[in-house]
Amino acid sequence: MSSVVEHFPVLVVVVSLLSAITIFVAGWINRKTACYISIATLLGQFIASLFILHHVMTIGSIHYRLGGWVPPWGIEYVMDALNGYVLVVLLFLGLVCAIYSKRNIEHELPQKVVSFYTIYQLLITGLCGIIVTGDIFNMYVFIEITCLSAYALIASRGKIALKASFTYLVLGSIGACFFLLGIGFLYSVTGSLNIHDLSLLLPPLYGNRVVLAAFVFFIVGLSIKMAFFPLHTWLPDAHAFAPSEISAMLSGIIIEVSTYAFIRVAFSVFTVNFIKLLPVFEIISWVAAIAIVVGSILAITQSNLKRMLAYSSVANMGYIMLAVGLSTSATRYPWSGLTPASMHILNHALMKGCLFLVAGAFIYKGNLWEIKDFQGLGRKMPYTCAAFVIAAISMIGVPPSVGFASKLYIILASLEAKQFVFVGVLLLSSLLNLVYFWRVIETMYMKVEEGTEHIHTSRAPRDEIPLSMLIPVWILSSLCIVMGILWLTKIPIPILNRVNVLFGLVGGP
Amino acid sequence: MIDMTESIQPLLALLCPALGSILILIYGKRPNVREAWTLLASCFQFLIVLSMVPTILDGKRVACYLFSMFPGIDFGFHVDAFGLLFALTASSLWILVSIYSIGYMRALKEHAQTRFYFCFALAILGAVGVALSGNLVTMYIFYEILTVSTYPLVAHEQSSEALFAGRKYLAYLLTGGCFLLGAVVLTYSIAGTTNFRPGGIFTGTMASRSMFLILFVLFIIGFMKAAYMPFHSWLPTAMVAPTPVSALLHAVAVVKAGVFGVVRTVTYIYGVDLMQELSLGILLASFAGFTMIVASLFAIAEDNLKRRLAYSTISQLAYIVFGVALLSPAGITGAMLHIPFHGFMKITLFLCAGSILVASGKRNISEMAGIGRTMPITMLAFTVGALGMCGLPPACGFISKWFLGLGTVESNSLFFLTVLLISSLLDVIYFFPIVCIAFFGNPRGAKSNLNENRKIKEAPMSMVIPLAITALFSIIFSFPNPITNAVLDLVRLAITR
Repeated sequence: MSSVVEHFPVLVVVVSLLSAITIFVAGWINRKTACYISIATLLGQFIASLFILHHVMTIGSIHYRLGGWVPPWGIEYVMDALNGYVLVVLLFLGLVCAIYSKRNIEHELPQKVVSFYTIYQLLITGLCGIIVTGDIFNMYVFIEITCLSAYALIASRGKIALKASFTYLVLGSIGACFFLLGIGFLYSVTGSLNIHDLSLLLPPLYGNRVVLAAFVFFIVGLSIKMAFFPLHTWLPDAHAFAPSEISAMLSGIIIEVSTYAFIRVAFSVFTVNFIKLLPVFEIISWVAAIAIVVGSILAITQSNLKRMLAYSSVANMGYIMLAVGLSTSATRYPWSGLTPASMHILNHALMKGCLFLVAGAFIYKGNLWEIKDFQGLGRKMPYTCAAFVIAAISMIGVPPSVGFASKLYIILASLEAKQFVFVGVLLLSSLLNLVYFWRVIETMYMKVEEGTEHIHTSRAPRDEIPLSMLIPVWILSSLCIVMGILWLTKIPIPILNRVNVLFGLVGGP
Repeated sequence: MIDMTESIQPLLALLCPALGSILILIYGKRPNVREAWTLLASCFQFLIVLSMVPTILDGKRVACYLFSMFPGIDFGFHVDAFGLLFALTASSLWILVSIYSIGYMRALKEHAQTRFYFCFALAILGAVGVALSGNLVTMYIFYEILTVSTYPLVAHEQSSEALFAGRKYLAYLLTGGCFLLGAVVLTYSIAGTTNFRPGGIFTGTMASRSMFLILFVLFIIGFMKAAYMPFHSWLPTAMVAPTPVSALLHAVAVVKAGVFGVVRTVTYIYGVDLMQELSLGILLASFAGFTMIVASLFAIAEDNLKRRLAYSTISQLAYIVFGVALLSPAGITGAMLHIPFHGFMKITLFLCAGSILVASGKRNISEMAGIGRTMPITMLAFTVGALGMCGLPPACGFISKWFLGLGTVESNSLFFLTVLLISSLLDVIYFFPIVCIAFFGNPRGAKSNLNENRKIKEAPMSMVIPLAITALFSIIFSFPNPITNAVLDLVRLAITR
C-alpha cells in the first residue's frame, strides 16, 4: 500500500544522526574514515531526498507519524513540495561541501578532523529536521541543534573565530527565545503544536492579540536567525572566520533554512488569509529593499573577501525576503507567489556556495584573505578563478546565469505588485554587486604585480588546488549557468508552483 | 501576413562563435591551430548568415524559437531584413578582422592572445545574437553577453590606464544595461509581449503619455552603447584597447548593437506613428543632432588618431539615430544603410590606424607627416574611408548621407538639414588634415628623423589585405551592382514591412 519512500523523511534525519555517532566512534579508531562516512551518508541522504521530491511531485505529500502516534498528539513529519525542494538543495550543497572539506580540513584543522565531521553531520541532522518536521516545537528543537553545531563549527578555527562564534551564540539564543515564546503563545491559545492542526485552530482567533504577538515573535526570532537586516550584525564575523566550507553552508543554506522556517510559519501555521489582514508583508518588503542596498554598500567597503561575501549574503537575504514579501500580491504564472523566493534559495546556495569555496581555496593555497593580495591569481589558479568569475557574474545578474533569472523574476513580481521602487532597488543592487565583485576580478586577472614590469615575462607557475576541491567548486559554478538556463526554460517551475497551490497563493497552474 | 520559415539557421550562426570560442580555449597552447579555429568559425558563421539572405529577400522571415520564458516571451530568433543586415555586417567584418588581428597581435607580440581570441568570439556571439533576436528579452541577454565579454578586450593591456578604461567601460555599459532591463520589463508589463513587430507593439491607449516618455528615456539610456553625447565618454577611453578590438567592437559590434537597439525600439517597439504622436522623434533628433556637432568639435581637438576616430564614431552613430528620429522613410533608409556602410568605412580607418602603429609605432596625427609616401596602400585606404565619412563620392558614405538629407527634407525640417550639413563640414575639417599631412606633409626635424621614416614599410600582408578589402567594399557599395542592390533591397524590405 505505502511505498518505501514514505519512510524516507524520518530516515533522512535518523541516518544522519546515527552517522554522527558512527563517525565519532570510527574516527577514534581511524581518523581517515570520518570524511568518507560523512560523504557516504550525505550521498545517501541526497538520493533519498530526490526520491522524496519525486514522490511528492507524482503521488502527493508524505505524512509520517513518528512512533505511530496520531498527529495532534504525536509528532508528524510532513513532506510537501516546498520542503521537498529545500531538502534537495540543502543536501546537495551539504554533499558538495563535504567533498570539498576533505583536503581543506586536513589542512586547516588537522587535529580536529573527527570532531569536525561529527558536528558537521549533527548540523545536517538539525537542518534536515527543521525542514521535514510538521510539528512546530520539534522545529524549535532542530533549530537549536543546528545552531549549537554551527556555533561549534564557527569557533573551530580558534582565536578571533571564538569571538565571532560567541556573538552568534548570544544573538542566536535570543532569536531562539523569541521563537520559543511565539510557540508558547500559540500553545496557550490553541493547545496544539502540530502545524496542520494549528492552521485549522487559528482562523477563529485571528484577531486575538496573543496570536498577533506570537506572529511578531516568530518574525523577530527568525529574522535574527536569517540575519535579516537590521538584525544581521552577527553574520559577517561568523561567516568570515568559519572554515570555508562552513561559511559556504552558513551563507548558502543555513540562513535560507531559517527563511524556509519563516515561510512555513507564515503560510502553514498562519495562512494567506491571516497575512492579508496585516500589512506585515509590505513592511517586510520595504525592510528587505533597505537590506539589499545597505548590505551591498557595506560589502563594497570590505577589504576581506570572506567578509565581503558575508555582507553580500545580507543583501541576498534581502532578495529572498523581498520576494517573500511580494508573494501575496504577485499572482501571474510563472512569477506567482513564492516562486521567485524559492528560486533564489537555490540560486543563492549555488552562487554563494561557489564563492565561499573559492575564497577557501585562496586561503588553502596561500593564506590569502585580503582582496589586494589576489594579484596574479588568475594565472596561478586559472580554474579556480574562472569558477569565481562565473559565480560573480551570476551575482551581478548577467544573463543567462541564475542571478539573472532571480533578478528577472523578482522584478516581474514587483512590477505586478506595482512597486516600481523595488525594480529600481534591484537594478541598483546589481550595479553595486558589480562594484564589489569586479574589484576582485580585476585584481585577480588584470592587476600586474608590483616589481614585475612586463606582463609577458611574469609567468607564475601554476599552483592549483587539489582535484577533490576543484571539482566541487566547478560543479557549483557550472550549475550557476546550467540552472540559469533551466529557470529561463521554466522546466523546474512546476515544482515551485506546487508550493503556491499548496499555500493557496494561486488557483492552479 | 508575413511568411515565416522555421529554420535552425540562426541557431547555427550563433553556435559557430560559441563552439569556436571553446576550441580556441582548448587549443590555446598551439597558436596556429587556435587561429585556424577563429578563421573557420568566422567563415562558417558568415556563410550561414549569408544562406538566410535569399529567404529574406523573398519577403519571408526566418524564425527559430527554442523555448518559452514567460507568457508572451519565447527565447528565440526571428530574422528580418534589418536584423540580417546587421548580422551580415558583423559576421563579414569578423573574418577580415580575424585575419588582421593575427597579423597585428603577432607583430606586436601581445600577451594573453588566447584570452583575446576567446573573448573576441564571445563578443561576436553577442553582437550577432542581438541582430537575430526575435524579442527584447532575447536581445537583452545577448546585449549583456556582449558587454561582459568585451571587458577583457578593453583592459587587454592591463596597464593602469587600460584598467581604468575597462572599469569605465563596464560602469557605463552595465548601468545602461540595468536601465535597459528596467525598460524591457516595463515594456512587457505594458504590452504583454516584447516581440519586434513592424509598426510597433504599443498603441497609444496602452499607457499614459508620461509613461511612454519615461519608458523611452529608459530605453535611450539603456542603449548607452550607442554613445550619444552625455553618455559617450567610455568610448574614447576604451581606445586603449588593441586596434582590432577598437575596430570591430568599437566601430562595429558594440556601438552598432547600441544603435541597432535604438532603431529596433523606435521602429519595431514604439512604431513610427506612436513616435510621431508623442513627438518623441523631435526629442531624439535634437539629442542626436547635438551629438553630431559636438562630437565633431571634440574630434577636431584630438591629436591621437584612434581617439579622433572614436569621436568621429560618436558623431557618425548619432547620424544613424538622427536618421531614425526623423521618422520619415528616407531618413530610416539612410539610418539603416549607414549601419553597414559606416561599419565598412570606419573599420577601414581603424585598421589603417592599427597598421600605422605596427609599422611605425606612431599614435599621434602630428607625427604622421609624410607617412603616406612610405605606406601608400594604407593611406589610400584611409583616404577612401575619410571620404566616406565626409559623405563624399565615390565612397558609400555618400549614399547614406544622401538619404539622410532626403529624410530631413521629407520631414520638412530645414533646421535638421542645416545640422546635417554643418556636421558634414566638420567631418571634412577633422579628416582632411590627416590625409594632407600624411601625403604632403614634410617630416619635421633633423635628418635622422627622415631616415627613420624611410625605414618604415607597409605593415604585414595579413594586415594590409583586410584593410584594402574593406576600403574596396566602401567604394563598391556606392555603385550599382548585385551586392549593393541586395543591401538596398534588404533595407527596402525592412521599411515596407
